[in-house]
Amino acid sequence: MRVLLAVFACGLRRYSTYRVATLSSIVVNGVFGAVNAMVLLAVFDARPRINGYTAEDAVTQVFLAQSLIGITAIFGPPLDLGGRIRDGQVAMDLLRPVGFVRWWLAQDLGRAAFALLSRTAPTFAVGLALFDLALPADPLRWAALAAAVALAVLVGFGLRYLYALAGFWLMDTRGVNAVAWLAGPFCSGMVLPLVLFPDPVAAVLRTLPWAALVQVPAEILLGRTVLPGGAAGGLAYQAVWAALLLALGAALTARATRRVVVQGG
Amino acid sequence: MVERALVPYARLAWAWCRALAQYPVSLVLLTLAQLGATGVELLALLFVFGHVDALAGFTLHEALLVYGLTGTAFWLADLLMGSVERLGEHIRTGSFDTMLVRPVSPLVQLATDEFSPRRLGKNVPSAVALATALGALDIDWTPGRAAMLVVLVVSGTAICCALWVLGACVQFFVTEARELANALTYGGSALSEYPLAIYGHGVARAATFLVPLAFISYQPALYLLDRPDPLGMWPHLRYASPVVAVLLCALAAAAWRTGLRHYRSTGS
Repeated sequence: MRVLLAVFACGLRRYSTYRVATLSSIVVNGVFGAVNAMVLLAVFDARPRINGYTAEDAVTQVFLAQSLIGITAIFGPPLDLGGRIRDGQVAMDLLRPVGFVRWWLAQDLGRAAFALLSRTAPTFAVGLALFDLALPADPLRWAALAAAVALAVLVGFGLRYLYALAGFWLMDTRGVNAVAWLAGPFCSGMVLPLVLFPDPVAAVLRTLPWAALVQVPAEILLGRTVLPGGAAGGLAYQAVWAALLLALGAALTARATRRVVVQGG
Repeated sequence: MVERALVPYARLAWAWCRALAQYPVSLVLLTLAQLGATGVELLALLFVFGHVDALAGFTLHEALLVYGLTGTAFWLADLLMGSVERLGEHIRTGSFDTMLVRPVSPLVQLATDEFSPRRLGKNVPSAVALATALGALDIDWTPGRAAMLVVLVVSGTAICCALWVLGACVQFFVTEARELANALTYGGSALSEYPLAIYGHGVARAATFLVPLAFISYQPALYLLDRPDPLGMWPHLRYASPVVAVLLCALAAAAWRTGLRHYRSTGS
């Protein structure tokens, strides 16, 4: 456990080195949030209520989504694992007397913890400053949001871990990442809230893990009960996907490590 | 100009194309991925118009025209000049110094570095949108207007190229600022994918006079549709795209020279 805490701290410190890059990403997330929000405001200006969403709800989801980019790494960066599989350094990782999945998870949670303070909070503050957001007064709902964000980080890691693990079979994960970085934002409700998708498409996307990254946390914040059980149902949905992805990751790790052939001395 | 910039540009770009053609499957798959990346934006626009008939007075086909003009200009610029955004990386690793000692303009070398024809994939959805819009809209096609369409697309592409270079020049001063430039380039393209009228007066003015995004697609679309600006801005602005393109390219060239003069190697 102490080792994992140290890895967590290293992940946190590593990303805190790039200060200008962090500042730049807040600006980028803020700009994209503002553009998306203004487009949706124009849409809701033409039609004030769409599938139960108001303009305020949509803008709130837009900024929550932009705030979640840094912490769930939905647009990347990929885990270093993919690159280490390709160049063989993964052999070193496998020698460590620490669980493989846990090692990478601890490191990524460190990254997420730094992103929470340095990107998520400032980006949401930009949204608060520029637009009217629909924020709950109920502290319970804020607590539910905190849990939802934590679970979103786990789901985000679970997905990226699987993308990286594909490297054991494909050697080069760039193709997988390219597809992932376009499917993730679209299927999660970040490019456009899922409530604005055609109903059959939205119904399918709501069963996939990506919805747990943005759409479900947004609905928990907005207090909408789409899943049975309201916020609890949403959290359960995220928890089930997080557990499934991590279990799949662990099972595939066991299979993958049997394939490892490290070339040369 | 032709001898010093275009010929080396074409040669270097072609060398990269041949290199990438060595892995044809990878090339095709990554091209498809690029196509998907811009395809989802178009899909989002179509989904939005599933709920409303018009945004700020612009119908689906008019919005597709704006989207198509922006996409064509922006992604062509990305193909031609997009690599300049890696300037900071080249400075940090010292490979920019290597470019400076070679007898070809460093800007040409930077722009053609890892030139990738797969970026053409990004152009497919906007080309489809543009073709659909031009086919469906009732445009009064005079020879002048047809010729102007070409001029407008070239001007828009030049404006976007200048924005890429301007964004890259910031990295001469702050090498880590690659993402900051993305706010200008990708953010600018996201903003101008929709008719500027939907953002209201303040944003539209900033996107006309501060960062001239309006001349990539919004003003050209008003010209092609021959309709008044719902924001009530000066009607002659729609003819200004070529002038703006020349001015912005001159500004980008000046910024590049200033940056280059300011540049001191990392020393390692």
